[in-house]
Amino acid sequence: MNKNKESLHLSSPAINTHMNKRSQIWAAFRSAFPYTIPIFAGFLFLGIAYGIFMHSLGFSAIYPIIMSFMIFAGSMEFVAANFLLGAFNPMNALFLTLMVNARHLFYGISMLDKYRGTGKKKLYLIFGMCDESFSINYTANVPADVDKGWFMFFVTLLNHLYWVAGAAIGGIFGSYVKFNTEGLNFVMTALFIVIFIEQWMKEKKHYSALTGLVLSVACLILFGGNQFIIPAMLAILGVLTVLRKPLEKAEVSV
Amino acid sequence: MTMTMTQQMITIAMVVLGTMLTRFLPFMIFPSGKPTPKYVQYLGKVLPSAVIGLLVIYCLKDVSLLSGSHGIPELVGAAAVVLLHLWKKNMLLSIAGGTVVYMVLVQLVF
Repeated sequence: MNKNKESLHLSSPAINTHMNKRSQIWAAFRSAFPYTIPIFAGFLFLGIAYGIFMHSLGFSAIYPIIMSFMIFAGSMEFVAANFLLGAFNPMNALFLTLMVNARHLFYGISMLDKYRGTGKKKLYLIFGMCDESFSINYTANVPADVDKGWFMFFVTLLNHLYWVAGAAIGGIFGSYVKFNTEGLNFVMTALFIVIFIEQWMKEKKHYSALTGLVLSVACLILFGGNQFIIPAMLAILGVLTVLRKPLEKAEVSV
Repeated sequence: MTMTMTQQMITIAMVVLGTMLTRFLPFMIFPSGKPTPKYVQYLGKVLPSAVIGLLVIYCLKDVSLLSGSHGIPELVGAAAVVLLHLWKKNMLLSIAGGTVVYMVLVQLVF
């Protein structure tokens, strides 16, 4: 009896911290979820479009499900579908992926500080750092009493789930879709235009946004659609490096 | 489909590998134990806006101004997104509205 009591007593602090942790995680989930609602609709829509797209190419539903789960990079999955239809060339697939997804390098650099101190969750945060998770986690104002690590974890996880769910629905029910889906892929363009406007309205100075836009267009004209990303990234990097001194000066004086 | 199952699996694995390399590399080069160089911190601040601009252009990379529909559906669709968003500031409405405009244009007009 006595022994039992003692063990109960001993375990209660552990239970307490356990409960605290759970309520902390729950609080993070609750504040993260609203941020993902637009992505819920967007990704379900996009994911379904992707699933239908894969179906129209003749792939069974398991392809979009596995690919959306493991790659979790929207535009790349559309490109990957084309790899699967062409001749077997794994090195080409790797290099094209590196080129198309090279922008993630910039996301990573932007998130170095924000992902710091998130423990084991960091691995998943980096794994799931798609365009949308990055832009939410970068721009969201997390309340001070909410654990930032868990907040970003749930943003990433929910987005991942929406995407896989959408791809699964599109892949499985793609054959029932009778309407003409030509042009549905514009939903991605629209999404990034909206994120661009949001970011534009949030910032005071637009040097960086304009640099990105103008140099990307210039490189697209110079190098063509299949080869412009790397030159555009290098040009952006170069110009922003040159602008560092004047930009930081301006920031101090404001 | 011309590839075997194994070839398909290798191809998908390559896309996974390439994607993960681009996501993990900055964190491997600048581990959290060490202070991040000031220059990289600066880049972390200014890059997001530029890279989102790059993303927009990336989506429009296959548009040809000189042939086909001369990029008119893309221009009108993008304008619809911008106007809807400036007007209602509703992310979903802007995305859905612009996409519908674009789909109508490519399916029925051009």
